[in-house]
Amino acid sequence: MKIAIPVDEKSLQSNVCVSFGRTPYFLIYDTDTKKSVFVDNGAAVSTGGAGIKAAQMIVDSKASILLTPRLGENAAEVIKAAEIKIYKTTTAAAQDNIEAFIAGKLPLLNEFHAGFHGQRGN
Amino acid sequence: MRIAVLSGKGGTGKTLISVNLAAVAKTSIYIDCDVEEPNGHLFFKPGNIQEEEVSVLIPKVDEKLCSGCRKCVDFCKFNALAYIKDKLIIFEEVCHSCGGCIMLCPKKALTEKEKVIGKVQKGTSDNVTVNTGILNTGEASGIHIIKKLLNNNTEIDKQTFIDCPPGSACIVMESIKDADYCVLAAEPTMFGVHNLNMVYELVRLFKKPLGVVLNKCLEEENPAEKFCFEKNIKVLSRIPFDNELGILNSNAEIAVRKSEKYRAMFSSLLATVIKEVHHETASDSQR
Ligand code: SF4
Ligand code: SF4
Repeated sequence: MKIAIPVDEKSLQSNVCVSFGRTPYFLIYDTDTKKSVFVDNGAAVSTGGAGIKAAQMIVDSKASILLTPRLGENAAEVIKAAEIKIYKTTTAAAQDNIEAFIAGKLPLLNEFHAGFHGQRGN
Repeated sequence: MRIAVLSGKGGTGKTLISVNLAAVAKTSIYIDCDVEEPNGHLFFKPGNIQEEEVSVLIPKVDEKLCSGCRKCVDFCKFNALAYIKDKLIIFEEVCHSCGGCIMLCPKKALTEKEKVIGKVQKGTSDNVTVNTGILNTGEASGIHIIKKLLNNNTEIDKQTFIDCPPGSACIVMESIKDADYCVLAAEPTMFGVHNLNMVYELVRLFKKPLGVVLNKCLEEENPAEKFCFEKNIKVLSRIPFDNELGILNSNAEIAVRKSEKYRAMFSSLLATVIKEVHHETASDSQR
């Protein structure tokens, strides 16, 4: 089973990034091999729809679990279409969140925020 | 003659100024391009309203033809497409109708379909033809609605007042593109100066002649006025901060139709603007 987490740094001790679409990296942790891979988030610099593109990357990484503090509606639609389960992280480091998830201590994330593309002004 | 009225954020008097200018002119056209929150019509309360829907073309997919090559997904700059579990997902609200994916699909699996994103309304309020653009909530861009509004109102002999969206995004650029003159509304605070500077830079980029109306003026020092002085920007008018205007405004009344004092004030602002426009066209032809 592969677990995906948005992280601020390329390290298991990294914080979980507060923004799913704009995170610099995703940590993909494989619970079978115990290996971690860090992938650059190409969506971080895109002008719009970052959440959708980032979600596509998670799907392509073959993760079946996503741990994230929050998620936009569009990204959630992609993630759910791929039948990936979404859990809400705590403020602890990425590794602690993985352990908490394995121990069954993270709740499912089921509130998704509206996209920001409709924002006014610039 | 097209006059665009702009400000860096909402609530600086942009609508107050454009509505009253239009109302004080003999016969005029008012165009509300603030399509996410049009409120000029609340003041004009126009009658004889005619409505027209505005739609854009977005892609739809024929799943039988789609091979899953993902060329469209990689291409879309707005990330409106995703390919999940052997299925293309199209996020209609995110799509900007560029048509690129449709052109590029090697299997011709994508075709155009129409989607309504909002509407334009036209009505009359005494001497003013009132045009309002309305963007449905959640839609990505009001550009098409603004284009429609401006194309519907091209009589150059009529005085036309364009109430622009706040800010300096591309939707504002669309609104001022064909304007002959830009009126910038500014509040007398440091934050007001920041907003003013933002639209000032934008208007300069388009090389449009411009002037500033200082709104909510008090006796004390006005940072926006200082900014205009430093940048050598023409101050067209100073609207004082007073209760009477505030009350008229919050009751959605048009000040120049209710009070002689404001009729005189906006008449003189309009005269100043017209003089500036003529001055600009005169110096244009000399160049
Ligand atoms: S480009 Fe055409 S064939 Fe390729 S994934 Fe997109 S719709 Fe399908
Ligand atoms: S029309 Fe343009 S913006 Fe819309 S999905 Fe296709 S490529 Fe993306």
